Amino acid sequence: MKINGARILIESLRREGVEVIFGYPGGVVLPIYDALYDVEGIRHILVRHEQGAVHAADGYARATGCVGVCLATSGPGACNLVSGIATAHMDSIPLVAITGQVKTTALGKDSFQEADVTGIMMPIVKHNFLVKDVRDLARTVKEAFHIASTGRPGPVVIDLPTDVCSATMEFSYPEKINMPGYKPYYEGHPMQIKNAARLIKKAKQPIILAGGGVVAAGASAELTKLARLTGIPVATSLMGKGVFPEDDPLSLGMLGMHGTAYSNYAVHEADLLIVIGARFDDRVTGRLDTFAPNASVIHIDIDPAEIGKSVAVDVPIVGDARNILQTLLEEVKPMEITAWRERIDEWRRQYPLSYGCDGTDGIKPQAIIETIHRLTEGKAIITTEVGQNQMWAAQFYKASRPRQFISSGGLGTMGYGLPAAIGAQIACPDDIVFDIAGDGSIQMNIQEMATAVSNKLPIKIAILNNGYLGMVRQWQQLFYDRRYSHTDIGYTNPDFIKLAEAYGAMGIRVQTPEEVEPALQRALECTDIPCIIDFIVAREENVMPMIPAGGSIDKMMVD
Amino acid sequence: MRHTLSVLVSNHPGVLTRVSGLFARRGFNIESLSVNSTENPDTSRMTIVVEGDVAALEQIRKQIHKLVEVIKVYDHTEESVVERELALIKVSVETRNRNEIMQITDIFRGKIVDVSDKAFVVEITGSEDKINAIEQLFRPFGIKEIVRTGKIVLARGSKNTE
Repeated sequence: MKINGARILIESLRREGVEVIFGYPGGVVLPIYDALYDVEGIRHILVRHEQGAVHAADGYARATGCVGVCLATSGPGACNLVSGIATAHMDSIPLVAITGQVKTTALGKDSFQEADVTGIMMPIVKHNFLVKDVRDLARTVKEAFHIASTGRPGPVVIDLPTDVCSATMEFSYPEKINMPGYKPYYEGHPMQIKNAARLIKKAKQPIILAGGGVVAAGASAELTKLARLTGIPVATSLMGKGVFPEDDPLSLGMLGMHGTAYSNYAVHEADLLIVIGARFDDRVTGRLDTFAPNASVIHIDIDPAEIGKSVAVDVPIVGDARNILQTLLEEVKPMEITAWRERIDEWRRQYPLSYGCDGTDGIKPQAIIETIHRLTEGKAIITTEVGQNQMWAAQFYKASRPRQFISSGGLGTMGYGLPAAIGAQIACPDDIVFDIAGDGSIQMNIQEMATAVSNKLPIKIAILNNGYLGMVRQWQQLFYDRRYSHTDIGYTNPDFIKLAEAYGAMGIRVQTPEEVEPALQRALECTDIPCIIDFIVAREENVMPMIPAGGSIDKMMVD
Repeated sequence: MRHTLSVLVSNHPGVLTRVSGLFARRGFNIESLSVNSTENPDTSRMTIVVEGDVAALEQIRKQIHKLVEVIKVYDHTEESVVERELALIKVSVETRNRNEIMQITDIFRGKIVDVSDKAFVVEITGSEDKINAIEQLFRPFGIKEIVRTGKIVLARGSKNTE
């Protein structure tokens, strides 16, 4: 039986195991929406803005490890996906985005709602396709999912002209993939693994630095084994948060610009860095020529292009972190590095993550995060917006497992947290999902409250409301002589309680430290609608410690 | 240092944009580029000349290799290769220097492919240096126009270019 391209698309998605699509309809995707009208086994979540769709698909992917799928119409719909696709690309998140396109005969003619989506997306995708013939469609979907989910994961865009969706043919789903230019490496080179083991054996002051690649490889258990067997302390990047339990005595928490002082001192003094699935982002290294000046570097990464990109590497191992760590585990033994760990613990005592609690200037945002951590027993899924809220969440919500802390790392996309929370809550209906937000960021995708309400998602949105674009204000305070240019939004913020209620959600305002815990309790009791908790926090609280951009460890401000 | 890269790609629309876009995005200036089909109709070969230090080139090579439609990337810089460029040079001619121009063309094993009373079009193939040399020699007569292809290379001997 012949079916049309739209049905071929849906059937192909089903073959790939897709259960949820986040999307928004429009003119050229009418055939696809018609096919979705009575589809079984695939749930379509209607968002209120295409950026919400792509971030929700991204949040879904980060929470589960499965490929997230989103759907938008041509032109403006596709363009609205751009920041979300770039977000997923920077953080190596597997996504397949399907965009409608004008019919093939109208391509290149400045047709209504036409945009060169292939061209626009090219720099921010792992790969993208323009399907011009219905006979290529099923194969393209198969290739798209393969590319998105294997090797170093990433977003793939399929641009689909409307006449291809209407054309009909017999459906058959290809079984094999033939892409001569795409062959990810999975096995680490045995010789290099031996070399790595030799370096580890000689090291006196080693540190493991784990990133998002450990999450993607599902190598958290192997990493934990390696650390506990050898006794090597573990620092993580923002993307690696949760791959090693942060309450473990070997955990140094997050390193980098707003990382713990002790992790940064440890990296600075280390004689060996074992870097696993991390890419030496400038927010991690600060000034490159003073980064880990005494350390040899072992770099394990699935992407050969990351080796030596920013930092010279002594032992490169290209491959899947899980495979490599399994082999490496057979080569290493417990190490005599007690003196090193004691030195680190001394830093830990001297420079703990802390904040002043004199109670004079209102609620401390850090205390809110700690309370959320306590009340959720450290088990909630945390999404964040971007800015101070994100850094406080990263510092004070101690993660215990991978895929628990969901945040836009590389691109730093404001407006990410709420739609990502929607994706995570749909993926994990039994988990408690918190979006840690700022009063600035939350307004970038506030329209997704409607999506959360209409799907009865009990997301908790904790707005750390200081009436500022706080992180920018912090930089203005420290580096621009307190000239708060266009960062004070306090006078024009909406009433977030009324806003929540207007959407049919719950809203709670918290103005004193005593109200924090009862308000969170009430929010946690709310099980079928989202809840905004508007915490009026200390206005000029800063994120500390801080290494200024491009600075070195000795420029670290502790408070 | 200048590098000559051979990039074997799947013969899909848009692949040139992907490769050239990557160079631009990562801050590399392409000095010359030639693209055409190969012995296999499913693939094309790009020969790209680019300037950069060894570490930078290593990085761009890896980045190109990550493109799904790129099958192989090969740096010929240290290799024994046959390299050719083709140039068409329109040189001004007067009666008194006609013979001299024809002699120079002969010495360089070029061909005069178009003749008019005021100009010759000379076709010349060879290495970049050779073409630069003839261009220098023609310059005093007056070069009206010049067009050069990008460089193409093949490995010497029976070894494949990769």
